[in-house]
Amino acid sequence: MSAPSEPAAGVPQSVGPPTVGPVAHWGPWRTGLAILRRDLMVTGREFPIFLAQVILQPLFLLFVFGKVLTELGYAQPGYQEVLFPGLVALAAVLTGLQSTALPLVIEFSYSNEIEDRLLAPLPVGAVAVEKVVFAAMRGFVAAAVMFPIGVWILGSIPWQASTAVAVAVMMVLGSLLGAAMGLILGTYVPPNRINVTFALVLTPLIFTGSSQYPWPSLDHIRWFQVVSALNPMTYVSEGLRGLMVPSVPHIATWACFVVAAVYLVVLMLVGMYGFNRRALS
Amino acid sequence: MPVVASGETTLAVEVRDLVKRYAKAPVDSLTGVSFQVKQGEVFGFLGPNGAGKSTTIGILTTRIRPTGGRAVVAGVDVAADPVGARRVLGVVPQQNNLDRSLSVRQNLIYHASYHGVPRATRNQLADSLLEQFGLADRPDGRPDDFSGGQIQRMMIARALMHDPAVLFLDEPSTGLDPAARLFLWEKIAELKEAGTTVVITTHDMDEAATLSDRVAIIDHGTLLALDTPQQLVQGMHSERTLDCTMEPGPTGDAASLGIALGGLAGVRAVDQLDDPAGTGWRYRIDVDGEPAPLVAPVATVVAETGAKLTDVRLGEPNLEDVFIHLTGRALR
Ligand SMILES: Nc1ncnc2c1ncn2[C@@H]1O[C@H](COP(=O)(O)OP(=O)(O)O)[C@@H](O)[C@H]1O
Ligand SMILES: [Mg+2]
Repeated sequence: MSAPSEPAAGVPQSVGPPTVGPVAHWGPWRTGLAILRRDLMVTGREFPIFLAQVILQPLFLLFVFGKVLTELGYAQPGYQEVLFPGLVALAAVLTGLQSTALPLVIEFSYSNEIEDRLLAPLPVGAVAVEKVVFAAMRGFVAAAVMFPIGVWILGSIPWQASTAVAVAVMMVLGSLLGAAMGLILGTYVPPNRINVTFALVLTPLIFTGSSQYPWPSLDHIRWFQVVSALNPMTYVSEGLRGLMVPSVPHIATWACFVVAAVYLVVLMLVGMYGFNRRALS
Repeated sequence: MPVVASGETTLAVEVRDLVKRYAKAPVDSLTGVSFQVKQGEVFGFLGPNGAGKSTTIGILTTRIRPTGGRAVVAGVDVAADPVGARRVLGVVPQQNNLDRSLSVRQNLIYHASYHGVPRATRNQLADSLLEQFGLADRPDGRPDDFSGGQIQRMMIARALMHDPAVLFLDEPSTGLDPAARLFLWEKIAELKEAGTTVVITTHDMDEAATLSDRVAIIDHGTLLALDTPQQLVQGMHSERTLDCTMEPGPTGDAASLGIALGGLAGVRAVDQLDDPAGTGWRYRIDVDGEPAPLVAPVATVVAETGAKLTDVRLGEPNLEDVFIHLTGRALR
């Protein structure tokens, strides 16, 4: 390695007495977008790996529960239609959650990588919002690819053009909810506890989210119905089910949107508080 | 450019009565620190581990909230307008925080994009900084594949991408090998020459003395002294020394010359030292008061024994001695 020998000559013209020039009118919004662009570039570079990662679990769930059990006669013929919207919800929420929780744990404690973004000219809370928005994008993609996979494995999926927009909005809400939960996990859980916490949180989250059955059908197991009602994912599953298979009993769709939105606000506030606490001492 | 004018000089950093008490900590980590850094100055923060150097840098760079007091960087109050402060300051933290998913060049370019540097400018600037910091041969490598010295230089290059008014370096040379450290010093000297204001922390007194225009000595969260390295050392009235090296003559021996030197007025003690070159005799003479007037009498005594004086050095106490004097402890 050779050391450049002329000191001042090698220095770029802008390194010198302070001149803020091009940076002065730069808004936090644009900084946030630049950070988002970085995240998209990094994920885009390994998009196939990302897809494989998010598709595998729902793919197997769809295949075993939707196809194998039905063909073997253990599940009723209509079960596929009940299951599919729930698995879309599961993909959105889980992918959103994993896309914030793990990176945050790593960036805050091991790699310190997040520092460069915390030192960028935007409010600390905006860094958290960017993380959530980006994670929700991943969640949305994971949920969206369930549709072609569903067609491929099940032959057909429940689908109505008239509710397509509402379905998309619910998928966005679900992804954001997952990302907000991940923000909380990633900022409140100490790094040495993250494995345990994941095991203790993810499994109940997956199995109380009403993704494999309609929530109203839990009437007979009242306590489980109550527990499931506390899980934000329930409202995403039920909302999507109501929009895609209206004939199946479901929680009123408007109520699903309202509860999911309220949950989102609450989880974001808690998560942002935790993020601020970690980011500033 | 927001810079505070105070009297005649332009201030790059102004800190007044800065106090920091971490949550649940039993004592203050900063107990009311005040100092000012002039524009274009290299300001050294010298203190042992745990002195409060990183805490001070953390507050000035908006990562730590002060408990009390005021800190202004390039005219921006860091507590009142952290976003504005981040626009005008650059940080090289104590620990590697490079983006591991990005290449070296991308680290620089994305950093600039966060700061709104236009695309053409940032590409050009990245290339020229990589060149300047000796990193141009592997711009597409990942940070994990580089040495500590190279990572340190990457972080400096990255911090310069948005043309900060003040550059903060937290213990940049800790853990580097001597060659990497010298290269780093050279780079910092170049930045100073180019007019960049630099605030650097270190627990190495050589580093503080070599790089800084002024040095603040800090311990237990309190500023103990602040001045140019020369002034700090001159403030130490004791422990002046005269180091003499000579070629032995045909007659006389080292021990009796030592005794003769010890007999001179104003000499407190004489120690014979190893001569690094290996051929001559070396003595360190501890002096009461000023050492300069003793040079002539010493030369006379040496000449009388037939030896030839080849080197005389007026030994100054160094910053480490100043620290020991102020705290009663060594720096490390
Ligand atoms: N996050 C923290 N929480 C509690 N105490 C801290 C924290 N960071 C530093 N300290 C304490 O503050 C003091 C100063 O630390 P620091 O500024 O890191 O020192 P230096 O950088 O000079 O080695 C030390 O006693 C340290 O233990
Ligand atoms: Mg430190």
